[in-house]
Amino acid sequence: MNSYSIVAEGLGRRFGETRALDGFDLRVADGSVCALLGPNGAGKTTAVRVLTTLARPDSGRALVAGFDVARQPAEVRRRIGLAGQEAAVDEILTGRENLEMWGRLHHLRAAAARRRAGELLERFGLSEAADRRVRHYSGGMRRRLDLAAAFLQAPRVLFLDEPTTGLDPRSRTEVWRTVRGLADAGSTVLMTTQYLFEADQLARQIAVIDGGRVIADDTPERLKSLIGGDHLDLVVRDPARLGDAVAVLTGVAQAEPVADADARRLTAPVRDRVGALTTVVRELERRGIEVEDVSLRRPTLDEVFLSLTAEAAA
Amino acid sequence: MSALAAPDAPPRWDERLRWTLSDASVIARTNLKHWVRNPAAVLNLTLYPIVMVVLFGYVLGSAMNVAGGGDYREFLMPGMFSQTMAMGVMTTMTVVSLQTARGVTDRYRSMPISRPGVVLGRAFADIVNSVLELLILLGCGLVAGWSWHRGIGDALAAVGLLLLLRFALIWVGIYLGLALTPEAASAAWLPLLPLTMLANTFVSPALLPGWLGAIAEWNPLSATVATCRMLFGNPGRQGDSWAAEHALTLAIGWPLLITLVFLPLSARRYRRLGG
Ligand SMILES: Nc1ncnc2c1ncn2[C@@H]1O[C@H](COP(=O)(O)OP(=O)(O)O)[C@@H](O)[C@H]1O
Ligand SMILES: [Mg+2]
Repeated sequence: MNSYSIVAEGLGRRFGETRALDGFDLRVADGSVCALLGPNGAGKTTAVRVLTTLARPDSGRALVAGFDVARQPAEVRRRIGLAGQEAAVDEILTGRENLEMWGRLHHLRAAAARRRAGELLERFGLSEAADRRVRHYSGGMRRRLDLAAAFLQAPRVLFLDEPTTGLDPRSRTEVWRTVRGLADAGSTVLMTTQYLFEADQLARQIAVIDGGRVIADDTPERLKSLIGGDHLDLVVRDPARLGDAVAVLTGVAQAEPVADADARRLTAPVRDRVGALTTVVRELERRGIEVEDVSLRRPTLDEVFLSLTAEAAA
Repeated sequence: MSALAAPDAPPRWDERLRWTLSDASVIARTNLKHWVRNPAAVLNLTLYPIVMVVLFGYVLGSAMNVAGGGDYREFLMPGMFSQTMAMGVMTTMTVVSLQTARGVTDRYRSMPISRPGVVLGRAFADIVNSVLELLILLGCGLVAGWSWHRGIGDALAAVGLLLLLRFALIWVGIYLGLALTPEAASAAWLPLLPLTMLANTFVSPALLPGWLGAIAEWNPLSATVATCRMLFGNPGRQGDSWAAEHALTLAIGWPLLITLVFLPLSARRYRRLGG
């Protein structure tokens, strides 16, 4: 009967003059992964803090696992796990001691806490480092230990605030694998991120947040088609030919190409990746326009925002 | 373990009590483990009293007079005991602000953990720490020629008063630890240390200039120091202000008042942390 693990309706939260949340609406279905995507200061952490009962909303309401975060915080707390922006690991303890401690604080008996710690260390790929002090762990290992602690009692809903920020690419991949594992185990996951690519990797639902409100909420595919999929970049050798190159690119682009005259660079969103690339290269050659670089890439978060805010204004 | 398994019904009062005690013991044990595994902290704890006794008892003590007569080191030790208890607020504050900065406090707050349990655990660990500190300091004092002269009962009562002061300061430490960044918390000894000295810890207020002497007599620390001197049978004549004449009342009253003010304040701050 209760098919949404997270329901937020018109959440508002001010800090002095700043509206950290300003009419924040979100629904996340049971058992799914939702990425809350937005730049620094968009309100991601505030949203997570309100949903995990750490901060009170000024207005609106939110249900997590079916319970009101403001009126039934104790019920919510029994059903959620939180991995905050900082890894809340204890450097002086070993990885195993960390998890045993959180297990005991989740009121498992000593033997059960030990067993659960062993299980989680195995599952999060930390068995080998289990008895080393966390002080000697890499950034990725700390993160995974923190995720293991958040997952300790196999919560209905997991909140992960920027779980990969500050990690090197390899650790990031490890954390991604971990997050997928958490979702496969049945938890509903709300994670925040600043990277469209990361959201695309992990989530079937991406909610884009800006200025404390969700400005787009869709599947990655629809969101990408909304914002024009991949981008084609090209750098022209001769600045005088920039205008000709714009004409070529306009033929395949979904939107007006953006030109940066100083860098002799053109950018435009394209839909048919390989088709567009082939056409552009052939046309440039036919017209004798020399290029230094041609590349296809995913849109950056800035471009996502530009097109979404343009959409909203139109 | 399935992620979708519903939690059991809300706990009954007896189970909540059991959880409070169990949470407290987990947190206390973790804190004590920290402390044992940190050689710098252990060294600090043992060396600090020795250095202080040598510095104040011997280096400065040779030039010190006790108002009303008596041996300076006999006069000094109750002051040092109390000062050490007062500076213990630094320990509480530092740990709490570090845990808050690292998100540990937030994880506690997002869990079905017993809130009184968290605080009891913290308090227990800090008191154990202070008891050890006090024992080492008592040992140093005995080596330096200090002693108690009124029987073990009074001596234990004095120790009880010292720990009562430390207990009251736990709430101040939690409150400040939740409010300050770790950097600010570790710099707090700077205003704190003079406050512990602007009392009857190292000199008799009677020997201080008028207004400083008045502040020193009313300093909460002075009440504990004066009462300890009295209970240990150590020298140190009191002034004749109301505060000096009611030292015992104040030695109990101040800590109670501090607890009464800062316990609710720190509980409120914990509930509302970061909005
Ligand atoms: N405790 C606070 N006090 C004052 N301002 C805050 C506080 N928390 C957040 N803010 C402000 O609210 C806005 C949203 O912050 P936050 O939720 O941390 O964004 P994000 O996590 O997306 O970077 C920012 O402008 C931030 O400065
Ligand atoms: Mg944030």
